[in-house]
Amino acid sequence: MEENKLLEVRNLKKFFPINRGFFNRKVGEVKAVNGVDFSIYQGETLGLVGESGCGKTTLGRAILRAVEPTSGQVLFRTGEGKVVDVTKAEDRQLKKIRKDMQLIFQDPYSSLNPRMTVKDLVGEPLLVNKIARGKGLQQKIIELIEQVDLRPEYMDRYPHAFSGGQRQRIGIARVLSLNPRFIVCDEAVSALDVSIQAQIINLLQELQQKYKLTYLFIAHDLSLVKYLCDRIIVMYLGKIVEIADSEQLFTQTRHPYTEALLSAVPRVDPKRKSSKIILKGEVPSPINPPAGCYFHPRCNYVQEKCRREEPLFRNVGQEGEEHYVSCHWAEQLGPKEVM
Amino acid sequence: METNPEIVFPEKQNPLESEIYLASQWELIWRRFKRHKLAIAGLVILIIIYTMAIFCGFFSPYSPYLYNADYINAPPQTLQFFDQDGFHFRPFVYGYEVSRDPETFRMEYQIDHSKKYPVYFLVRGDRYKLLGIWETDLHLFGVKEGHIFLLGADPMGRDLLSRVLYGARISTSIGFIGVFLSFVLGIGFGGISGLYGGAIDNLIQRMIEFIKSIPSIPLWMGLAAALPQDWTVIQVYFAITIILSLKGWTGLAREVRSKFMSLREEDFILSARLIGASKTRIITQHMIPSFLSHIIAQVTLAIPGMILGETSLSFLGLGIRPPAISWGSLLQAAQNVRTVALTPWLLLPGVFVIITVLAFNFLGDGLRDAADPYGK
Repeated sequence: MEENKLLEVRNLKKFFPINRGFFNRKVGEVKAVNGVDFSIYQGETLGLVGESGCGKTTLGRAILRAVEPTSGQVLFRTGEGKVVDVTKAEDRQLKKIRKDMQLIFQDPYSSLNPRMTVKDLVGEPLLVNKIARGKGLQQKIIELIEQVDLRPEYMDRYPHAFSGGQRQRIGIARVLSLNPRFIVCDEAVSALDVSIQAQIINLLQELQQKYKLTYLFIAHDLSLVKYLCDRIIVMYLGKIVEIADSEQLFTQTRHPYTEALLSAVPRVDPKRKSSKIILKGEVPSPINPPAGCYFHPRCNYVQEKCRREEPLFRNVGQEGEEHYVSCHWAEQLGPKEVM
Repeated sequence: METNPEIVFPEKQNPLESEIYLASQWELIWRRFKRHKLAIAGLVILIIIYTMAIFCGFFSPYSPYLYNADYINAPPQTLQFFDQDGFHFRPFVYGYEVSRDPETFRMEYQIDHSKKYPVYFLVRGDRYKLLGIWETDLHLFGVKEGHIFLLGADPMGRDLLSRVLYGARISTSIGFIGVFLSFVLGIGFGGISGLYGGAIDNLIQRMIEFIKSIPSIPLWMGLAAALPQDWTVIQVYFAITIILSLKGWTGLAREVRSKFMSLREEDFILSARLIGASKTRIITQHMIPSFLSHIIAQVTLAIPGMILGETSLSFLGLGIRPPAISWGSLLQAAQNVRTVALTPWLLLPGVFVIITVLAFNFLGDGLRDAADPYGK
């Protein structure tokens, strides 16, 4: 793994078994994440977009081993510079790694235990990892609460006393207490009001600068991702269809799915005619994905080859740029400017 | 850092709100429970019944074993405040005039207005042991001369009220102890089932289905009949509780299992896992507190089943046997039509069973509604 990479995902798969009947026989699998490869560089914000059910959340959780991956590797560079495979780490090692990689949840209501006060919630990671105790613990909790712009006076209150945005701040303080280097933000702002979203985004950016954090930012709001992320991954049905620099993805779109996805972003421009690309049909079931290119039943450029052969996931970027895409015709179709 | 507009400053809040903000789970449950009037009534009734059961010696006017051949099947006396002279502040009861029917040889009781027995509070009477420790002869009420049978007397001339109060001791505690055993078994098996899943879960679930499919009365009868005849009252009592809870735990185990299974998927449990909390910590600090209130409500609703179980068993003569007293064994005396027709007051222990069961159901209902204060 190269020196500037923090994390590398190799052919990661997560299949959920479907069990039926009296004997709980396995009758099929939901292929939520179906073989993905990508890297995350130190200090960057990597966006992960795709429609609902495409496996974004599962991918994010499989990296942290919040769900057990079916196969593949997740290589992570620890604070000491060692590279470890997260998927093979034992309990004790995993506990250590998890101090470095954390998750911010989408729903600030279900992700905080309603029976614990803010103090207990923020202090729990410090306690279980034996980072602080007694007086030091109290001091550290106050620092963390101030860090996320909440008032320490409120730390004896329960989560039900707070709004969604404030709860998300509590969640961030909880994660921050471990001093992680890599954070997966799983739709961290999509459950919040737009005005609150901006505040949380600002907070996340502030913290990123201050602590040199690396984010994997899972979202479905494309304009937000464009604003926030250095690079963007586009997922479809458990697979990555395109990875590119944020700017490039929007100006030199290569994959027909990305093109359709980006064309759906609402824009404020009265002169511009609506050029939304409407995709045919529904997303196929991840239990039984189509043969060949997964996107072919809905693609506007579909050819015979697409139905038979799975496209190669390859770099089509010019002059050493990284622009990965998985489409047979990426070279022929050429880059498009969607935005 | 700039100030955050989201923050509400304390002076803008009313004190009641901030009190709710500081309220723990149990305080929130209590707040909701208080609004359920019927449940509060149930709670009050149960507190009264249990107090009387615990201090049965003090509340009952006589020893439950004191028999008197002069008062066989004496009917209940009513407390009186008025006589020919008008109102009396001190209540009294009229004595009986006993005669024997020359044809049936039955004792016949007539109210004798010439015999007035005033009722006194805190009188000295039969000796008993309060809570089984302190020996005393103080009773809440009684008469200094004559007799008082507020609920009548049984075929051996024993005071039914005293017997009901002493019977409450066994009948109401059997529910608690039985449910406690069910609770332990239920949380144990349900927890293992829900936490590990897979083959263990399958095995436990099939076992529960098997136990649930056995008809209860024959099972109880079979087990109760197997109890050795020479066992002491205490031994029989515990054996009966175990028999009752043998079936009772199954429903609870399923409840616990489903709670564990749904909680496993909760975000806040995942969050605890990700920050490195140990399995023990997650179970004891996050999972059990999340469903304990539900389980308590569930348990409250299970107690009436236990009380009814004991009553039916003892009624059939298979549970608590005389000389031990329980509501079921008291009802056993009222098994034939003759009793129902001639001495209907012997059915009164049944009324106490009904009141207790209803009170538990109301209480459990209220608890169930209040158990999840974070729902809508």
